[in-house]
Amino acid sequence: MRPLTEEESKAVFEKLANYIGKNLVHLIDRPDEPYCFRLHKDRVYYVSESSMRLGVSVARPSLISLGTCFGKFSKSGKFKLHVTSLDYLAQYAKYKVWIKPNGEMSFLYGNHVLKNHLGRITEDTPEHQGVVVYSMNDVPLGFGVTSRSTVDTRKLDPTAIIVFHQADVGEYLRDEDTLF
Amino acid sequence: MGRRAKNKQGDPAPLVESNGIAPSAPKKHGKRKADTDAQSKRPAKKLKEAPKVKADKRKAEEPTSTVKAKNAVTWDDVQDGGSGSEGWEGIEDGNILRAQAKSLFDDSDEDEAHGFVGDLDEYELDESDNFHDSTMELDLGPDEADEPELETSKLRSKRSKQAERPTKIIPTGSDASTNSEDSEDDGPINMENMEARSRALDARAAREAELDIEELRRAAMEGDDDEEFDGANDMEEDEVAEADGDGFVLPTAAEREAEKAAGGPEVHIVQQRMQHCVRILGQWKKRGAKTGRKRSEYIDQLVSDIASYYGYNEFLAEKLFQLFSVPEAIEFFEANEVPRPVTIRTNTLRTRRRDLAQALINRGVNLEPIGKWTNVGLQVFESSVPIGATPEYLAGQYMLQAASSFLPVIALSPQPHERVLDMASAPGGKTTHIAALLQNTGVVFANDANKTRVKSLTANVHRLGCKNVVVCSYDGREFPKVMGGFDRVLLDAPCSGTGVISKDASVKVNKSERDFSLLSHLQKQLILCAIDSVNPNSKTGGYVVYSTCSVTVDENEAVVDYALKKRPNVRLVDTGLEFGREGFTSYRGKKFHETVRLTRRFYPHVHNMDGFFVSKFKVEKRVKHQKKDEEEGENEAEVATAGDTEDVAFDDEADKQYLEEGKRMRMKAKGFRVPPKLDQQPAATAP
Repeated sequence: MRPLTEEESKAVFEKLANYIGKNLVHLIDRPDEPYCFRLHKDRVYYVSESSMRLGVSVARPSLISLGTCFGKFSKSGKFKLHVTSLDYLAQYAKYKVWIKPNGEMSFLYGNHVLKNHLGRITEDTPEHQGVVVYSMNDVPLGFGVTSRSTVDTRKLDPTAIIVFHQADVGEYLRDEDTLF
Repeated sequence: MGRRAKNKQGDPAPLVESNGIAPSAPKKHGKRKADTDAQSKRPAKKLKEAPKVKADKRKAEEPTSTVKAKNAVTWDDVQDGGSGSEGWEGIEDGNILRAQAKSLFDDSDEDEAHGFVGDLDEYELDESDNFHDSTMELDLGPDEADEPELETSKLRSKRSKQAERPTKIIPTGSDASTNSEDSEDDGPINMENMEARSRALDARAAREAELDIEELRRAAMEGDDDEEFDGANDMEEDEVAEADGDGFVLPTAAEREAEKAAGGPEVHIVQQRMQHCVRILGQWKKRGAKTGRKRSEYIDQLVSDIASYYGYNEFLAEKLFQLFSVPEAIEFFEANEVPRPVTIRTNTLRTRRRDLAQALINRGVNLEPIGKWTNVGLQVFESSVPIGATPEYLAGQYMLQAASSFLPVIALSPQPHERVLDMASAPGGKTTHIAALLQNTGVVFANDANKTRVKSLTANVHRLGCKNVVVCSYDGREFPKVMGGFDRVLLDAPCSGTGVISKDASVKVNKSERDFSLLSHLQKQLILCAIDSVNPNSKTGGYVVYSTCSVTVDENEAVVDYALKKRPNVRLVDTGLEFGREGFTSYRGKKFHETVRLTRRFYPHVHNMDGFFVSKFKVEKRVKHQKKDEEEGENEAEVATAGDTEDVAFDDEADKQYLEEGKRMRMKAKGFRVPPKLDQQPAATAP
């Protein structure tokens, strides 16, 4: 377990900023308790400093996880956000998409969000913007990237993809072995 | 169904009574008549209210349009062809009206699908000649008298009933139904119908004879149970029962060997023998002497029958049998055959129970709060969607968790800002419960030795949004070395799983004596590690909760007692659970510490949750006790040295008594049964 290097932090923050924008500051300056990012076995964890201090005493091979896992670095040095970061993304998300009940299961099986499943969308969402996907009763289900801006979606036909799937909570069941 | 069929068989009696033949219970007939005559639906509905399997009803409903109409026709034929007793008049009226009120009549038909079967038989009897009047009365009498026995006899839970019925009710019922169906099919042609009826009659007569024998036997058994019977009568009945010859004589050891060699007895024989043994053992003082056999023989037989009937290995069957009184043991084994209710725990980090219940109800899940003892649990009765894959589940709003798994965490009652250790935590139900109670403050160390199970633990921790959890994978026994100073420690120890046999039936056969000794050894090591990991100076905590999903004593009370002996600075405290049985303070000659009664046991047949054991320790400061011990030790040493200097030689004769006493004390301290004192022994053995 070690702090992130400058390059690594840059990669992580860039990804996060795509979803939460300036709210990124809230992750670092927390009113309750200082939190920090830690790298352990290629995975990035976001953890309170008190937990981190206690976690230090666990030997490296035995430590499985601490705090919240945000994602992992691939071998080529790219950072990929995991669905486990959804809690924080949903809390600070700038752009949101709500999907209708009939689209919920489709999305949870890993499909993209189609236009006829779209319930609501934050106004003035730009193209290729990271968005958090909610069900109609405000339960965060995952996140993705918009294919068109809000204005352009009106012209699309009902089967067109609105949000490209990136992660959804169904992965807890589907990818339990590879996720952790 | 058998019992219902029996009840239905009772129905036609009033009809007979209206003929003035057999006077008994006129109520239901009245209803029927009203049904057909007045064509009101109400009686039919009342009949519906009587317990009836839905599927049966559906079956009855499907052929309504075709078969039922036929059925009615058949009835006409039956009546026309028959001797035409007066009791039929009313129904014939109904048949005249049939064309107008077909649907209504059908309705009543389908409701009484079962009743008809029985009815038909009885009618046939009446029509031919009333030669069975006396037997019918006999039928009804013992049947009714059977009921209380059925209720009181603890042996009869669902399975045993099913197994028992074929001897009496189902064959007759099903025969009758097939016969009646035959006659229905043959309906239009009178001659064939007659033939079928006569065949049915023959069969009926044979069955009746069988039934009579059965009833007699039953009456005999009942007589056995009835304590008011005088001795002679009792004996007679016994003889009758034994003359009937269905396993009422306890087989000798040789016979049992032979039976085993022959590949084991049939299931219903085993079952009857179990009932018999339970009855005898239940009133051993009264009846044991009469049998002329030893109690241990009966118990051996019962245990081996239990083993073969429920599919346990003999060792485990005996071990579990010894935990309970005889009837309760049977209840326990029966309860292990039935699955426990599905329960879920609301994740209070994400939602509230009411909101979750509403969301799930909207998805077509039928649920209800578990009970007053928990405010996060919900019991799921039935669900149209997989309860482990709803969007709510994936979003971490609830956890699928057995009701018994709530108990250790409730006992632990972690307070916010504490440092808590869960020593054997996968798959994380209890860990996430702790994290929820801490409201994501403090820190929870979730440990599990099994690396593959740790994955599901991590997944659950993340899914439920627990942000204060550190997951690690150590052997639990390394723990105070890795880290100590916890405010609370939960040890849900690895165990034999004898409490969750309904979930995992493989336990029945794959646990041997060695497994139990290995497990209890591991548990003893773990509990000491758990106690040592606690910070005794903790302001808010200093508690250890030890729990297992096993019911055996050597994994539970024995381990707790061991911990109390090994660590003088811990004491048992109340678990804070308001239900559950007290732990044993003595078991088969072993004496445990008095306070072991503060532990709690949970049983599947009593609490309808998995068999479980929960105990809670308070860890106090160690230093004081140690000092005392040391002082005492020093004092003793001083005394000993003083004695040495004063008197060099030992007087063996005089010391013998004290040595003996010391030995007894040591044995007592280790929990063995202490033999009576030496000077008393000869006196005890002489007579």
